[in-house]
Amino acid sequence: MVETKGPTGPPHGPAPSLWPLGFAIGLTVALVGLVLGSWSTVAVGAVLLLAFGFVWARDVATGHGAPPVVDEPLAPGPESARHTVPLRSDRDADALPVMEDEEIETYPRSAFLSLSTLGLGGVITGIVAAPVTVFAVGPAFVGQGEEEVDIGPLDDYPEGNFIVATFLARPDEGEVSRRTAYVRNNGVVDGRPSLTILSNRCVHLGCPVQVNGLSLEGQKKTVEVPEGPTVELTPTEAASGFGCPCHGGQYDTEGNRTAGPPVRALDRFRYKIRDGRVILTSSYSVGEVDGQGAEAVIKAYDLAMPSVHVDGPEAILYPFEPPH
Amino acid sequence: MATTAPRRRRRQSKLQQAVDIPLDWLEERSGLVGATKYFLFRKVPRDSSWWHTLGSATLTAFLVQAGTGLILAFYYKPDPDKAYESIQHITNDLTLGWLVRGMHRWGASVFIILMFFHMARVFLFGAYKYPRELNWIVGVLILVTGMLEGFTGYLLPWDQTSYWATVVGININASAPFLGPFIAQFLRGGAEIGTDTLSRFYALHMLAVPGALFGLIGLHLYLVIRLGVSSPPWSSEGAGRDRAEVKPTGRAGLTRGRRV
Repeated sequence: MVETKGPTGPPHGPAPSLWPLGFAIGLTVALVGLVLGSWSTVAVGAVLLLAFGFVWARDVATGHGAPPVVDEPLAPGPESARHTVPLRSDRDADALPVMEDEEIETYPRSAFLSLSTLGLGGVITGIVAAPVTVFAVGPAFVGQGEEEVDIGPLDDYPEGNFIVATFLARPDEGEVSRRTAYVRNNGVVDGRPSLTILSNRCVHLGCPVQVNGLSLEGQKKTVEVPEGPTVELTPTEAASGFGCPCHGGQYDTEGNRTAGPPVRALDRFRYKIRDGRVILTSSYSVGEVDGQGAEAVIKAYDLAMPSVHVDGPEAILYPFEPPH
Repeated sequence: MATTAPRRRRRQSKLQQAVDIPLDWLEERSGLVGATKYFLFRKVPRDSSWWHTLGSATLTAFLVQAGTGLILAFYYKPDPDKAYESIQHITNDLTLGWLVRGMHRWGASVFIILMFFHMARVFLFGAYKYPRELNWIVGVLILVTGMLEGFTGYLLPWDQTSYWATVVGININASAPFLGPFIAQFLRGGAEIGTDTLSRFYALHMLAVPGALFGLIGLHLYLVIRLGVSSPPWSSEGAGRDRAEVKPTGRAGLTRGRRV
């Protein structure tokens, strides 16, 4: 026996290949691109995918990166017996050259069978798992988006105070889609009505913010809108801002954060006036608001989820936002 | 009297056969009887104590959750228009519904609390050390999975508390950098909490997460049986050593004896 030093484990092979990692990154980039609908991202991902896939496949094909075959002298015994050609009889012993023990490269049937079983199993698993996974994840990201919502005639929003308007964001989904907005009529500016419409979703973690002031429940009224679901309007008085009951976030009347954990100003709704009625078209996120009412200068961003920074250095942590 | 003794013995042996024959039949074909005996009558350190029962207590709490949860699913309807009413129906109208729902509701907290007690016991006894590190890791996975069970189950009553708690919980996920918003959107099943959120939480709560828990608990128990129970840190018996001789005191079998 050859004396060996050190642990008697299998010999250390070369470091594992890093190509699969690049392959995985390419796949991720391509999928994210698909989700975001950005074809340039998909293209970048596809290039990575192909490049790394090629070098990975080449490494596998050429055996590069596989553990080296150890040339060990075979010890005599039953182990080596199968490598020798059995002699038919003693008579042939002289006639036949004695085979040296040597590694004969073989591809046994059992290896083929186990590899093909694994491969076939993998293919079947992939065929089943791929559509199921897409079905599990896809619907949450596809077909999102806001519908236009009629929240009643402009005349129902008198100038000055905030009105609490609740409406169905998606009438086909029923009451579960009831949302609340704080609507303030700023009066007519340059011949056009100006409204401040704040979402009631706290931008900390999404709880409903409440008016810091009087909510005149007794004067609540219901407005019929053409699509069917009702809109409820509750006037308020002397609102000094908004507060969140969950974790104490506070906002001023423009939705700017004044205290507590929120990371930006309250989200707002875009609107248009059609036939004297207020129509909410979509919502957007706000970094900060300078000024008041009709003169407000709003730093607007694409709609982001609560707790997501839209400006400042932390915004770099949230480069992608799923489609709303 | 003399005649009854053999008859009783005969009756006993017949009874014994009535038990043994089906068991032998089962054992010969499955080996399950031996496996059960191996599981139940394995050796544990003689100074294991009540502290060592916290794991079984946690398992019992989990089985109570599984049982009561299954029955609650007979009556619960995971639909935004019906979920709250069906919970009211279970609590107020159905026979003993209030009790089973209460068991499930409070049992959930018991399960989580017992997991922490069990974890504290293992930590303070040093029972997570070699060769039981893997079982600690599996245990942590059970803890996380169990909390996921709590998170998904909390939405199901569909009242104001559960709705807003889930809004907050999902948005905490959204606050994670880079992928957070995507995780949140996946959990919600869309941009807003709606019909799909309730049914997918129900599916996770009823099938996916409990399935994972059963698997992880099986692995956890397998490792407990394979590695054995560790002695408490105050144990005077070194691992692998023979038992200390015990000198009996008092009446045999009734008192513990004193080490010599």
